[in-house]
Amino acid sequence: MGEFFNIFIKAAFIENLVLAYFLGMCSYLAVSKTVNTAFGLGLAVIFVLGITMPINWVIQTYLLSEDGLFGTDLTFLRFIIFIAVIASMVQLVEMVVEKFSPSLYAALGIFLPLITVNCAILGGSLFMVSREYNFSESIAFGLGGGFGWFLAIIAIAAIREKIRYSNVPPALRGLGMAFILTGLMGIAFMSLMGIDPAAFASAAE
Amino acid sequence: MAETAVKEKVTREPMLPFGKKERKLITDPLNDNNPITVQVLGICSALAVTSLVYPSVVMAIAVVFVIGFSSLFTSMLRNYIPKQVRMIVQLVIIASLVTVVELTLRYLNYPVYKQLSVYIGLIITNCIVMGRLEAFSMANKPWRSFLDGIGNGLGYGLILIAVGVVREIFGKGTLFAGSPIELKIIGPTAGYLINTTDNAFFGWYVNNNLMVLPAAAMFIIGIFIWIQRSYNTKLVDVS
Repeated sequence: MGEFFNIFIKAAFIENLVLAYFLGMCSYLAVSKTVNTAFGLGLAVIFVLGITMPINWVIQTYLLSEDGLFGTDLTFLRFIIFIAVIASMVQLVEMVVEKFSPSLYAALGIFLPLITVNCAILGGSLFMVSREYNFSESIAFGLGGGFGWFLAIIAIAAIREKIRYSNVPPALRGLGMAFILTGLMGIAFMSLMGIDPAAFASAAE
Repeated sequence: MAETAVKEKVTREPMLPFGKKERKLITDPLNDNNPITVQVLGICSALAVTSLVYPSVVMAIAVVFVIGFSSLFTSMLRNYIPKQVRMIVQLVIIASLVTVVELTLRYLNYPVYKQLSVYIGLIITNCIVMGRLEAFSMANKPWRSFLDGIGNGLGYGLILIAVGVVREIFGKGTLFAGSPIELKIIGPTAGYLINTTDNAFFGWYVNNNLMVLPAAAMFIIGIFIWIQRSYNTKLVDVS
């Protein structure tokens, strides 16, 4: 449990997918104009990351790796398989949400299918492979990474809502300002690097 | 009379025309319709690689290749792809091309491959590739789509390399570090072009470590957007 918490904190704050690795920037910049939409997209990202990460772990370990079911190294198929899993999971999530919660479906709207091309999802799976996480760690990494993404998009949306009333130079308005704000937030998040996740984990136990 | 003239013109058109319209497909994304500073697509996968110029150049070449050929292939198949599964088909085309790039790079230059790590794989979800396929290749002929893809790749690479140059010169004092044509521009030892220890004019200079941080890329692109929109006022955000 300690290890689980450790990876969660690390993925959410210290190695934040948006602010430290620039993953999921497109939707992060495009959908962060108001807090409401940012909230919906953030939730959807947590959900999809949390689901696809363990599924991709199982596929990587039992199908693609050399000790897997087929006995040969199939890792060159990794990109195609991962992206197919992500696309079909997003489709599945969309169908489930539409069936059981039409109000949430209406709120998320176009953002659900857009998650397929959110780099944070595929990036998370690729990081999981290169860092050699095990099954429970991959779940923690998925949820933590999703939570960090959620936090970052809510924060920038709140700032952008306020900054609309400020006197920004015309050429810098909107997009330019969003970039500079993200840079400042990245530096602010770097101060969290001092956190020792292991200490957190032992405190939680 | 006029009709026959038009017909003649059509039959005489070369296989791969390269006129004013085609040139515009390439030059438009370099400024007025730049993928990064105007369309805001494809920032995801590439900003982390721009702390040095050499990996940025490699990344730019990879992206040009992937966008160009995925546009070409998608455009060739556009009449056979059913509307409902087009996303999956496009992703499969892109993912195969990226796999080709990954394996080639791994063979040709392993250190750079290591340095780019997951970001090569992330070209798949680079929104600019999907964006061009959806917006252009699904509705246009192969040759024009290919040019459009190359143009957008170049517009993307241009910003990537520009950011890389600024970050590397001010952050490390070198240019093209890690490549065969490495230049040492400014630094505290004798090997550099401007040696700050015994130079009276540049004695105060130290490398700016902020530039090495990923956040610097955001500032630099923000400033690029500022400069571009000051000159190109039709791009200014009115909302």
